[in-house]
Amino acid sequence: MKPLEGVTVLDFSQFLAGPSVGLRLADLGANVIKIEKPGTGDICREMYVSNLVIDGDSSIFHAINRNKDAIEIDLTSEKGRKQLKPLLQKADAMIINFRLGVAEKLLLDYESISKINREIVYGEITGYGYEGPWKTMPGQDLLVQSLSGLCWLNGNAAQPPVPFGLSIADMFTGQHLVQGMLAGLIQKQISGEGVLVQCSLLESVMDIQFELFTTYLNDGHELPVRSSINNANAYISAPYGIYETQDGYLAIAMVPIPLLGDLISCEPLKSYDDPTMWAVKRDEIKQILVQHLKTQTTAAWLDVLEAADIWCADVMTWKRLFETEGFKGLNMIQTVKRQSGVELETTRCPISIDREIFTSDKAAPVIGQDNAKYLL
Amino acid sequence: MKPLEKIIVLDFSQYLAGPSASLRLADMGARVIKIERPNRGDGSRAMKLKNMEVDGDSLLFHTINRNKESFTADLKLPEDLNMVKKLIGYADVMIENFRPGVMEKIGLGYDTVRKINPRIVYGTVTGYGEKGPWVRKPGQDLLLQAMSGLAWLNGDSDQPPMPFALSVTDMYTGVHLSQGILACLFRRFKTGEGGLVQVNLLESILDMQFEVITTYLNDGHQMPQRSQYNNAHAYLSAPYGIYETSDNYIALAMGSILKLGKILDIPELLSYTDRKTWFDQRDEIKMIIGNKLEKQTTSYWLNILQAAGYWCSEVYTWDQLLESEGFRALDFLQNIARPGCPELMTSRCPVRINKDTFKSRKWAPVLGEDTQRIIDEFHLNAEKEGLK
Repeated sequence: MKPLEGVTVLDFSQFLAGPSVGLRLADLGANVIKIEKPGTGDICREMYVSNLVIDGDSSIFHAINRNKDAIEIDLTSEKGRKQLKPLLQKADAMIINFRLGVAEKLLLDYESISKINREIVYGEITGYGYEGPWKTMPGQDLLVQSLSGLCWLNGNAAQPPVPFGLSIADMFTGQHLVQGMLAGLIQKQISGEGVLVQCSLLESVMDIQFELFTTYLNDGHELPVRSSINNANAYISAPYGIYETQDGYLAIAMVPIPLLGDLISCEPLKSYDDPTMWAVKRDEIKQILVQHLKTQTTAAWLDVLEAADIWCADVMTWKRLFETEGFKGLNMIQTVKRQSGVELETTRCPISIDREIFTSDKAAPVIGQDNAKYLL
Repeated sequence: MKPLEKIIVLDFSQYLAGPSASLRLADMGARVIKIERPNRGDGSRAMKLKNMEVDGDSLLFHTINRNKESFTADLKLPEDLNMVKKLIGYADVMIENFRPGVMEKIGLGYDTVRKINPRIVYGTVTGYGEKGPWVRKPGQDLLLQAMSGLAWLNGDSDQPPMPFALSVTDMYTGVHLSQGILACLFRRFKTGEGGLVQVNLLESILDMQFEVITTYLNDGHQMPQRSQYNNAHAYLSAPYGIYETSDNYIALAMGSILKLGKILDIPELLSYTDRKTWFDQRDEIKMIIGNKLEKQTTSYWLNILQAAGYWCSEVYTWDQLLESEGFRALDFLQNIARPGCPELMTSRCPVRINKDTFKSRKWAPVLGEDTQRIIDEFHLNAEKEGLK
């Protein structure tokens, strides 16, 4: 059985961070009901990326909201509150990501909800927590990345601060809230009482920097220095990075420099026999590698390095990856279908339980699709 | 109460993915016991960043393994293996990240362990799954970023594929592992039985790309095109990105180009009336914006943009962040120094439950620090005790 079978979740959130929580809970077996503003719904429906529209909604809305039901409720009206009450009474969990203060106004804050359902697990995402001058600022992914110092880790030394090329603050925050809400569901089983779970984008994006940030906190606050060549991690020694070859690219992780020099017949590398130099002279060593690795194909380098158990890999596009046996064996792509018959392909949940992968052909809902099922 | 009080986790894993999962479980109240090989222990004890070492272990190890205990066992010795099997009888969760087949060979595969303790939730992390051509391939973060297409999303279009400059694969996988484990602990209230949770680095790093892969799968398989100028997201329209100003940088998130043209007084932008051009011609639009922004200071532009409600922000270093009121208000740092050692600061758990921020004074254990205490507590050496 799926672990969250029988669990009902009301999802009031929009965009990515909150709805990605509902998605994971849905894939783990919960019944997730999106509560949307009548007529327009989750703003993400209109957030088209690369101008792609599928059956009226953006591709990212489809990706984030599959496997959910959807109903329309006007949370500001008396009628809406009446419609909502029985749903709240029966729900096991709920997710919100309103701006600070909005939940109180709508009587959807934890205290108000507790009076209706004292056993609910209440998950909330904010941008910057509940105190301080930023608490009411827009909690948007790029802005949080920018404030968190993250962008000074990414890209090469000569570049401006470079954000990570995905909404990584949103995604980690969503995943952290899932952890907290699952723990909350466990606590509720033991205590019989509701649980308040809170995450913020800023805390989560600091958490993903915890290894490097802790180094900074304890090394006398030296700011990170990105590699000037093929930067991959400001704190890891040469050769760590992705290099151009004669016909493509090659990723090389940690390996002793003289050994690498030996394997790829690169004389100048053999003299770097002091491991501390691999950090101190990182960019000098990497520059030698840049020149040398261009002289052969990726396959030729992989043959030599993989035979010696060196940590290395081909750098693939999705197209090439999806053609590999290794990828096909995962069954990572699933087809979802709308009630209208429109089909699309997307990825599945990455967690397998009792050797079962969790797929579902239920596509993201059309707005108000399940009104009749849930609303009086 | 903390949600995972009384839960015992045996963590056989090393490095980051597995140990980051058990760190979160520890912060939420579980008792985590690292099972380590004698002499060397977890490989990350020796993995130093910037040559930073504290009290005999890398600072990195301290960061990932605070709030845990350490039990040493040589799983090749029948005596030690027996003790570990006894300990498994008391555990709720175990975590391992050996290559596929290794735990079975040792005699601690899921099907064996389940017979010892049917209530156990068994979590396993691999690089590429349990079968297929890559089972022997090392599951290392950068390699997964390279193989998964992720590196083609980062950096500017004239650059080689650029990895995300953190071990995001390990961390995302660790989060998924702990989700699966928590879900099975919840299910155990109903079924009385544990479960097997399997995650791998490849699926997790693909999951991180789920929005953009879904777009790729349904747009006729067009390869992602990074922006040529100040790339921040290959799939988002102008102005999304970080721009240089006369004294620093400024981040602009999504918003109307027409509105931005008015706010910044850039008449050229007003001709982009078709929203589609904000994506199709984003590089040219971004360069027009960049040319204007470099003429004034960050605070000048922030004042104008924030007054108009446009999504923007400063771009901080950690120094600036630490000094900010916004960061201080989070109360995000804690001391995890071992007893008698100088202060060692790190960040805390990012999840709050019932307003508890789960700070913990418990340090990262010395190798084997808790072995004898655990042997005594669980009577793991009962036969020997009987002989005395």
